[in-house]
Order: sequence, then structure tokens, then C-alpha cells
Amino acid sequence: MILDSIALSRQQVDGDTMIVNLGPSHPTTHGTLRIIMELSGETIVKSTPEMGYLHRGVEKLGESLSYQQFIPLTDRLNYCSSIMNNVGYTHAVEKLLGVEIPTRAQQIRVLMSELARLGDHIVCVGVNAVDIGAFTAFLYIWKQRETIYDLFEMATGQRLHTSFTRIGGLFRDLPEGFVPATERFLPECEAAIDELEKLLTHNPIWHDRTKGIGLISAEDAVNWGYTGPCLRAAGVPQDLRKAQPYLGYETYDFDVPVGTTGDVFDRYLVRVEEMRQSIRIIRQVLARLEPGPVNVDDPKITLPTKDKVYTRMESLIHHFKLIMHGMEMPVGEVYSATEAANGELGFYIVSDGGKNPYRIRVRPPCLPIFSSFHEQVKGFMIADAVAVLGAMNVIAGELDR
Amino acid sequence: MIIEHIDAELPGTVTDRHAFRGDQTIVVAKASFLPLVDFLYREGFQLLVDITAVDWPERDPRFDVVYHWLNLASQERLRVKVAVADGEAMPSLTSRFKTADWFEREVFDLFGIPFEGHPNLTRLLTWQDFPGHALRKDFPLDGGDAFCMEGCTAPYNNGERG
Repeated sequence: MILDSIALSRQQVDGDTMIVNLGPSHPTTHGTLRIIMELSGETIVKSTPEMGYLHRGVEKLGESLSYQQFIPLTDRLNYCSSIMNNVGYTHAVEKLLGVEIPTRAQQIRVLMSELARLGDHIVCVGVNAVDIGAFTAFLYIWKQRETIYDLFEMATGQRLHTSFTRIGGLFRDLPEGFVPATERFLPECEAAIDELEKLLTHNPIWHDRTKGIGLISAEDAVNWGYTGPCLRAAGVPQDLRKAQPYLGYETYDFDVPVGTTGDVFDRYLVRVEEMRQSIRIIRQVLARLEPGPVNVDDPKITLPTKDKVYTRMESLIHHFKLIMHGMEMPVGEVYSATEAANGELGFYIVSDGGKNPYRIRVRPPCLPIFSSFHEQVKGFMIADAVAVLGAMNVIAGELDR
Repeated sequence: MIIEHIDAELPGTVTDRHAFRGDQTIVVAKASFLPLVDFLYREGFQLLVDITAVDWPERDPRFDVVYHWLNLASQERLRVKVAVADGEAMPSLTSRFKTADWFEREVFDLFGIPFEGHPNLTRLLTWQDFPGHALRKDFPLDGGDAFCMEGCTAPYNNGERG
């Protein structure tokens, strides 16, 4: 006992630290990112996050693609909730164009966004629990995520890379059977969230591992550029759906959960409550879903329907012109932000009036959050670093772009 | 609203302004940038949402460094643009906004705009010996050579190519 403590102190005096490399391919990084940790015993003295392993040059590619062609690239940003990226991007282009999409398209976008948020939070909370050792909770909730992907597949034809939105509306209307399937899913999901909470919220081991870990004050969180659940867990009630409503979010009744300490436990609580609020929003959308078009009635933006393209010459020319020459874009610059699962997902588009954007910038919500990693884990254990990393919900596709 | 405040408090700072689709943009000279940031911070623009840049190769000065601020109390957004020439340094905001650290590193990495006073101005997304700056308009889309090793001085193969 005494020998042990002497050995530890000598190690500290000598400055004898050990370098441990976490990632780029590690089960807890959930993507490719690398953290170089300098350890004294098991305490983190210094950690240096390194990123860029998944850098595809999305912004560079966007400069050579037309506005519509960029949509599939947005799927690959936060691949846990790709529909929200689709919505965020098309929303920005619509702001540039100055068009308002039809009510039904707005409602479906809200519906799909909230389903995606649900799925994203399930991934984040479930995987965070797995990393800490609570494997059962993960299994209970994971089935619901599969159902969400089934719903996405039903609506968009794809499970992960949905590419569901189009500029001025949607790729297609919801298929028959989608609404009843969603209605069946909601109570199941609520039950699963209850089970998750039973397993975790009052679990003393979960408390030990998450409370007081990754503490951040509201002031620091703002200074670090936090947005989304991590900022709300720190006590700042900032939610773009309430603060700067878009897609008619002001007409839905929902609450914004806020934490107090910003630690991993608060982030967990905020995310769980947001899942319930998302279900609440989905119920309201389903109740008010009204029939109508899902694309704007503007031939300069919307492609003609396929049956017309195949049968009518004018529509074929119309289709050709829109694809080859692109839309007529105004000259200007816009920044449009939407509340994605991780926080504020912003798109800054500079248009010179050409077919392609002159400059397209993706503001990833998890980049500023991840940049605070070394301050969050300094003085904690490696196992705490894993908990913090999970609660930050760092998605490498979005981080590196 | 904030722009009128800036005009009243720091006259002559705003050299150009426009509003497009509800976004307010001001253009300021580099010399008056830091006092403006101090003023914005005091006025409640404490969330530095984003730092990025736009390359205009035909223009002089060549780059626009673009800052986005959000006022959490009034939910007002402001875009500030500063024009800098190739090789000219921008003052770093890291002492005031911790979030500026990585954003500035990213702009440095992808555009080659240095930030004066940054504690650790190294590349963020590409590796340290990456040749050129990927988001400049004259950087080829395919990266030029397949392995981007042109002009590489890396310790790979003891500094020898091949």
C-alpha cells in the first residue's frame, strides 16, 4: 500500500508520463479520429485530438457540382441523421433562391427530421452506454433505431444515405402505409425509452461513470462554440427550432430540455428528453398532415415528373435544360442554420449566379465541441475520456467533411 | 440594429454593408477589426458560430475572411467580412473566443491565410506536409498528383521520393 503510493509520487516527480494513442480506429471513437493522450498513471495530463482522417473535401467538391448534385454529399456529413443534413442544405439553397416550399413538404421535412433526431440520439445515448459498459440498455434501444431506418427505407428507398429532399421540396411524397407504420412505431419507441431510462437514469454505476465528468459552465460552453444538446446540458436554452423557427416549427408544441452542469449525465438526460419531445412533434405532424403538392410550383426549380419526361417532348427539354444549365441563381451569399441532432448545422453559400455554388461552407456542429476535448478530459481518467467522447457525439464524417 | 450601433459607436468602421434574404453583412478593414470584435462581444455577440474564407483569385486583395456571430439574447446574426491579400495575416481571435482555435487552423490549412497570435497554427484537416491549400481556386480538384506528394519534405523514406 505504502510502496504503491511512493511509486506513484516518484513517477509524477520524474515527469514520467506515458503516451497512449486512441484511434484512429478504435471501438470508442466511432469513426476515424485519433487522440494522443499523455498519461500519468491513468490520469490524463494532456490530450491532443487529431482529425482529418475522413476528410473528403466536400466543400471543394461542392464548387464543381450543381446545387442539386450536392445533396447526396450532405448525406455523408452526419451519417447517423442524414435526412437532417438534406433538410439543412436544401433549406439554405431555398433561402438563397427566396422560395417557400409547400406546407405538406414542410410537414414531411419536420416529420423526417424528428425521426432522424430520434435515431441520432438513440445512437449517441446507446453507444455512449456501451462504451461505459452498459450493454443491455443499448440493445433495448437499438431495435427502435432499426425501425426508424425501416421507415426511412420505406419513404426514401435508402436506409442511411437518404438524399430525400430536393431544392424546392422533396424527392417524392410519403408512400402508402408510411403514416400507419409510424403510428405503430411511436408507442413502441416510447416504451423502449422508458426501459432505457429504467436501466440507466437511476443506475448508481451509470451515475458514478457520468456525473461530474465533462463538466462545463454555460459561459465556457458558449465561448467554445457549443450548440445543440451539449450547450443545453450546460444550461443555455438555445434551440434554433424555438429561437429562430424554420419549417413551421413555431406551430408545434414542444419543450426544450435544459441541464445545469453540462456533464455527461446531463447530456444524457437532455438527449433522452429530446427524444420524447421529438415523438411529441411527430404525433402533431401526423395529426395535421394535409394532402397537397410536395414541390414548389416553379418550373425553373422543380423537375417535371418522370412520366411526362418519358412521354412529352417539352418536358424532356425542360428536364434537360434544368439538369444541364442548372437553376437561375441570384448573386449573393446566405448563411442558413438548422437545429441538427448535434447542434447548429450551418450552410454558408456564396453564389456568383452560376450553375454551381461559388463557395459552399458546411459549419459542422461537432467541430467546436470536439475542439474543447482536451480541456474536458484534463485531469480525468482514460475511461472518462471515452465517456466524454461518446457524449460529445462526434461524427467523423461531419467533423472532417 | 447592431449595425446602427456600430455606426454610432465606432464611426467609419463599416466600409461596406448589404442585407440579402435577411442576412446582414458588414465589411470592415483589417485595422478596425479587433476593436469591432471587442465591441460586438460587449454587445452580446458571444457565440462565434463560424470562421471561413472565400477565395477571389482575380481580385485584389484576394481573400475574404468571413466571420459569423450570433447574439444568444436577441438571436441576431451578423456576418463580418475582412479582405486580406495573399500571405497577409489576420489577427487571431483565440484569446477572446476559444472556438476560434480550430476554425482558424482550418482556414489556415485550406486557404493558407495565417493568423497572427494563434498559439498553435498548424494544419487541421490535411497532414503537415500537404502541398498547397485545398480550397484555393487554383488548387486542382483531383489534388494534382494522385498521392499529393509533390514538393513533399516529409520524413517518409528518409526524405527521399520513390
